[in-house]
Parts: sequence; C-alpha cells; structure tokens
Amino acid sequence: MRIQLQFEPVIAELDLILHGILLTIGLSAGAIILGSALAILLVGFKSLAGRWAGALVDAYVEIMRNTPFLVQLFMIFFGLPLLGFRMAGTEAALLAMTLNLAAYSTEIIRAGVDSIHKSQTEAGLSLALTRLQVFRYIVLKPAFARVWPALSSQFVLMLLASSICSFISVPELSGAAAIIEQRTFRSFETYIIVTCTYLLLALSLKALLFWLGRKFFPQTSGLARIETKGGARR
Amino acid sequence: MTTFGWPEFLFILRAAGWTLLLTAVAFAIGSLGGGALAIMRLSQSHFLSRAARAYILVIQSIPVLMVLFMSYYGLSLFGIELPAFFAASASLAIYVSAYLAEIWRGSIESVPFQQWEASSSLALTRTQQYRYVIIPQAIRISLPPTVGFLVQLVKNTSIVSVVGFVELSRAGQLVNNATFRPFQVFAAVATIYFLICFPLSRLSRYLEGVMHASRGH
Repeated sequence: MRIQLQFEPVIAELDLILHGILLTIGLSAGAIILGSALAILLVGFKSLAGRWAGALVDAYVEIMRNTPFLVQLFMIFFGLPLLGFRMAGTEAALLAMTLNLAAYSTEIIRAGVDSIHKSQTEAGLSLALTRLQVFRYIVLKPAFARVWPALSSQFVLMLLASSICSFISVPELSGAAAIIEQRTFRSFETYIIVTCTYLLLALSLKALLFWLGRKFFPQTSGLARIETKGGARR
Repeated sequence: MTTFGWPEFLFILRAAGWTLLLTAVAFAIGSLGGGALAIMRLSQSHFLSRAARAYILVIQSIPVLMVLFMSYYGLSLFGIELPAFFAASASLAIYVSAYLAEIWRGSIESVPFQQWEASSSLALTRTQQYRYVIIPQAIRISLPPTVGFLVQLVKNTSIVSVVGFVELSRAGQLVNNATFRPFQVFAAVATIYFLICFPLSRLSRYLEGVMHASRGH
C-alpha cells in the first residue's frame, strides 16, 4: 500500500492556521496574566483574611483542580447563558482558562509564600509595615522566585490545554485544524502541521519563561546582588 | 425534550465506569512504556538516553488532543481501523508514558548515589542493581507524584469524547443535548469526577507527608 501525503491543500488554508495561532497565543497570554493576577489576589486574601476566607479559597482550588477543564468549559459555555450571561465561545474560553489557571497558580504561589521564613514577616512588621505591605514588598517576590519553575510548567500546560477550547468551536489552533480538516479531508496532514506548530509554541513559551525567570529572579544571594552593578541601581 | 431524571443519571454513572476502565488501561500500558523510557533516559548509551529525552520533550510539548488525533488518523492512514476504545487508550498511554518517565527518572535519581556504589561493590550487574536495590527504593519515592499524576490522567480522559467514545464527559454532553439542563447535568458530571479525583489527591498528599516524616529523622 502506498501512502501519499498531500500538504498543498492544507498549506492553502495558511491564513486560517495563522489566525488560529494568534488566537491560541492571545487566549494563553490572557489566561496567564489574568489567572496569575487572580491567584495573587486569592493567596493574599487567604493569608491576610480570616480562616473562613482561607477555607473558601481552598474549596475553590480543590474543586477546580479535581474536575476536568473540559467540564468547567462546558459549565461556563452552556450554563452561564441560562443565568443571563450570554457570551461568545472565545470569551467563555478565556474565562474558563483564567479560572482554571488561577486555581493551580494559587496552590503553587501559596507553597512559595509558605516557604518564606516567618522571621522575614516579623522583621517587616517590626519596621511598622502593615501586613499588606509586608505581603507586597517582602513576601511576594521571593515566593515567586522560588516557585517560578513550577509556575512556568503550569503556564505551558495551560497553553497545551487551550486546545480543548476547540470543543466549543473556538477557532484557535486546533479549532482551525478541525475546520481545515473538514474542508480538505487531509486529516493527517493537517494534524502533523498543527502538532508541529504546538511544539514550536510550547518550546518558545518555555524559553521565554526561562528567560523571564533569569531576568526577574536571578539566583544569587542578597549580598551578591548588592555588590553587582545591576543590583546597586535597584 | 426529556428531563434530567434517574435514568439519565444512571447513564452518566455507567459512563463513569468507562472513564475508570480507560484510566486503568492507559495507566497500565503507559507505565510499561514510562518505566522503559525512564531507564533508557538514565542509560549510559548516549543514543538511548537522547532518544528517550526527545520523545519525552515532544510528547510533553504537544496537547494530548493532538496525540489523540495523530494516532487516530495516523493509524487509519495505514488502513487500521481501531475501535474507539483502543485508539483512545493507546493515545492516552503515549501521553502517560512521557510524563511517568519523567517522574520516575526523578525518583530513580533521588535514590542516594551510595546505593549504586554499595551494590556494585557487591558485584551486582546493572540489571540486578535496578531489580534488587534501586527500584524498590525508587518506587517508594515515586508514589506521591505518581498518584498525583493519576488525577491528571482521570481528568484528561475527558477529551477522548472527541473520537466518539462515550465516557463520562461525552455522556454528559449527550444528556445535555437531550435535556438542555446544562447546570444539573454538568454539575453531576463534575461531582463524579471530583469524587474520583479528590480522594486520589488526598492520598497523594498523605503519602507525601509519610515520606517527609520518615526522611526527617
């Protein structure tokens, strides 16, 4: 049996793929930024407010982490319109991704915050900083620095999970693939190209996050940072 | 239009059985592959180690959905028409093997180096070292992250609904299409997933605590 791969019909739909790539990047970037911001809020809320707030955040995190992203997406896309929140597929996708990523990031960042020694907080409080200021200026950055690798792989997993949004017909990269497949009937060729694109996107994101980590959280001791030129300016 | 009643719920519950079976089969096949890859990755042969590394990197950098489509359409290109269950478990096994390989490599590497030296001073061959000295200790270390990964696997079985296999999520979709009660239906589906995953997450955390306690002294 001879197998012939024909890539030409798929290449002809290049603009659809490019549009899909942009949407995948946009959704992922949006979810990473909004999700991290929400996670920081939740971690701050948990460590500053009372026990009830903590239990509430814990419940949110456990529910999101122990149910599939697909079911969360369906719940938002099919369920919310019944409550009067009508939204397009792309908006539902962004919302689901943000809420999902926020739960995972909350857990990761909380681990980082827990790893900061109590003496740091006490030193801050003894300088008459408020609890919020201590969290903002003393705890948060070293906590982030410690968990940056874990956070980075969670971000990459989110980029990969964005493919699931094609289930509600969002034309991101795998949604675009489904459309091209229907138009050209060249299923395998389409998915080879799209898979390679995902590979490229994921590796680029990994490299970008690694670079960001090196830039913002240099792995040097405090003293070394003061002595180097870059640190002195800060 | 039907309502979301007892028969519909039973339909969903039965589909949960398929989710569990899919998880078990994918995990069983994937763990064989993952174990082999972990040992290849640590092998002294550059070729084997690089090949395993490339495989792990590629599979971990593409969506599970793409693994599913690639194996589904790839096989049909060769004229092999697999039943949906086998196509689904095969592609999930590919995904499982790459992640377990990385988890288990870490576990093997965290067995203290002296254990290798001591066992080789007893003239054990490399296979014997793995069999009698390293793997028994590595398994203990690997338990918490492996159980944690099992949770990811259970959740990721939800995407095989795309090749038409009726597991928990697909059953939820079908019932929702018939009843149009998305909140009740997907809340039921989510609850079943939660009841499967939450005890596993807890178990993983508990095992981690046990390990830490034994390491502290």
